[in-house]
Amino acid sequence: MTYKGSSPQELARQLALTRRDFLRTTAGVALGSALLPSQLFGHSAVPEKKRKVVVITFGGGARDQETFAPEGQENIPHLIKDLIPQSTFFTQVVNRGILGHYVATASLATGVYETVNNFASIPPEYPTLFEYFRRDLKRPASDAWVVAPSNGFNRIGESSHRSYGPGLGAQVILPKHLLSAATRDSADYAHLLRDNYETPLYAPALGGSEFELQQLGAMLKLSVEDFKSHALTLSSADELSVYIAKRLMRQLSPSLLWITMHDIDIAHAGAFSLYIDGIRRTDRLCLEMWNAIQSDPEYAGNTTMFILPDFGRDSDEDAGGNGFQHHRTGDALSRTTWMMAMGAGVREGVVYDRPLGSTDLVPTIGGILGFNASLAQGKPIAELL
Amino acid sequence: MLPSDLKSESFKSYAPEARKLAVENLTALRQLPLSFLPGMLREVIEYDYKFPAERRSLDKEIANLRSLSHEQLQQWFQSFAQIKLSQNLERFDWVNSPAQFVEQLSSHLWTTHQLDTFRTAAIDYADKLRVAVPPDPPPPIGRLGIAVVGQDVSEYNEALFRKLRPHGAYFTKIKPENGLPQLLETVASRAKTHPIPYAHWYIDGGQEAAHDPGLTTVSYNALEPTRSALLDRMRSEVARPGNGPENLRTFMAQVRPADLGVKSGDAVLDRFRVKLLTEGSGTQIFSTSFTQWAARESLRRAQPLTLLVRFAPRQRQKPMNEMLFAKAEQVELDPVGSLVDGDMGAYYNWINQQRLPGEEQSSFLVWFEGHNIAVAISPTLPRGTHSETPADMRELLTMMA
Repeated sequence: MTYKGSSPQELARQLALTRRDFLRTTAGVALGSALLPSQLFGHSAVPEKKRKVVVITFGGGARDQETFAPEGQENIPHLIKDLIPQSTFFTQVVNRGILGHYVATASLATGVYETVNNFASIPPEYPTLFEYFRRDLKRPASDAWVVAPSNGFNRIGESSHRSYGPGLGAQVILPKHLLSAATRDSADYAHLLRDNYETPLYAPALGGSEFELQQLGAMLKLSVEDFKSHALTLSSADELSVYIAKRLMRQLSPSLLWITMHDIDIAHAGAFSLYIDGIRRTDRLCLEMWNAIQSDPEYAGNTTMFILPDFGRDSDEDAGGNGFQHHRTGDALSRTTWMMAMGAGVREGVVYDRPLGSTDLVPTIGGILGFNASLAQGKPIAELL
Repeated sequence: MLPSDLKSESFKSYAPEARKLAVENLTALRQLPLSFLPGMLREVIEYDYKFPAERRSLDKEIANLRSLSHEQLQQWFQSFAQIKLSQNLERFDWVNSPAQFVEQLSSHLWTTHQLDTFRTAAIDYADKLRVAVPPDPPPPIGRLGIAVVGQDVSEYNEALFRKLRPHGAYFTKIKPENGLPQLLETVASRAKTHPIPYAHWYIDGGQEAAHDPGLTTVSYNALEPTRSALLDRMRSEVARPGNGPENLRTFMAQVRPADLGVKSGDAVLDRFRVKLLTEGSGTQIFSTSFTQWAARESLRRAQPLTLLVRFAPRQRQKPMNEMLFAKAEQVELDPVGSLVDGDMGAYYNWINQQRLPGEEQSSFLVWFEGHNIAVAISPTLPRGTHSETPADMRELLTMMA
């Protein structure tokens, strides 16, 4: 598939229209109108205190050719057949920030295009949604959690902002770090301990309030031995993340849960088959999370789930890149992604193609849960509120 | 330091021909903005190690700059001049380390949200240059690209070559016997008929097959000692306290063939081979990534008339540290995954070949090694068709000629 246009905006629009047409014909969704946020589907049916939000970042970076384009649909059967019909789908979410996974995820979590060093262990500069959520709604630390792929994400839970910051953020679990500590890097678990693919040889030293091994038993009611033996049944780091996320839901039922997937980013190593494997696995894990929500009485009926990539990858047409391998050119395709929302307060089977910004997520979640993301640059998405 | 401060002595550390090129064009270089010039010097500094096609292209670009008046230069580079740089960048030794400067510039553009402005300026410059500089004449013969994929895969039931099929004829009754030798014969024959330096290449992702010595050859297995030497040095760098990704990249950019014991007698090719390992991503661990990147770089830089690329099985995925530092005898292979990698790699080879002059006359062949399916793209064959004509490789290439 090639996109011809004279400007990045035109390319992004063409991409969005292609996604919309595909969804209308294949997934049977209806074209929504921005002027029709129906109160029938609003969040008012669920008391504010009971509302929960789960965010999954479909990372790190997948292109339309391998997902929503005709030739890519076989890689995301669960998104297409199971999840999109139940969701409101936004075809054009544009990331205008830095296309590095940590900094882009930080931007998603703050609603501001962050400029922190992608490869350093430093917190976001602006308050995260976790801080707004906990401070405005006076929620305890156990009510906001992040499950993230590698050491590089360990500071994502709270910012360095002077009015928020330490003690007000989410608790961060790095399942790979836990497993590494539990197994002392045993070869049996090596497949789950894959590294940061952007800088494979370096991971920033840990710092911040990440979850420690001894808390496994105290908070998740999971012995180190059970954790290790279950880990042996899994095939990837993201599977480990979902396992831990489900455990968190069962034991602590946090109202705000953020899971960052990362297997797809193996694409940096240039092996197309491994990149495709990552997309297929992430597709399956998204459904697994949705099913976990539906089968848990603490979550079913009162949870809104968001799935969105942090960004895409370079197009085949840009001679400055090397196709799927990286996300370095900053071209329109690598910046233009999508988002689906489903669950409480969300209309099912609707597609919108008006452009949104990546930074719109935080104020939207603020609108759902009842906090004020006062420093976020994005705007609440009316269609979801 | 700013470009206007450049003097002849600024280039004293450059290799002889690079120095000569820079000094002879000093007046033009001094008028270029700092957001642009180091990108050009990154090419100039390597001039002595460039392929003929690259030299021609750089010569023409610099000649064009020299032909422009001061006012015209200001007009051409107006957008670049508007990009705001930091004092750190201005203080950087961009004359002697232009590649490292460009990397820092890239980071600066991202963080200051100027990347889109830079992209627009770069595209605008390339468009102007395309108009001002006459295009290369078409090559003396139509280019021929060949990709051989799927080595050691006995059976595969998924569809192959889906991205290439719409552009050519899909053959399903290929006679695979002696396929590779026949392909190599054709490549050798073209090299004999058109004996142009670096114009006929054979890249192998594993052990290279017997071939004509007149071909320019790169193979993953032949580079094993180089790869090991590089990985040893990388391991030392990684272990050094306080080092990080930036330092490692700087180290990799500074590695020279002699550092790794590479000395074939062809300094240009030695430099090319080492750069595949020091600049490529994943090329140190996956032979399929190495092969695709080698093909891309040979097409981009040497603009070959003939390119035969054979993908071989890569190692199975493991944690990155383990793959980087695995010993050869521990490697477990993934032939089917490598077939999928090779299928996409072949598509990229074709895209990159089509970016070169004379693309209307170019031909491309991809073949599932040892099997009976292939796609042939050529001006002589109808696009998007399916052929059940039995043919061996020699016959298929004749149909494409």
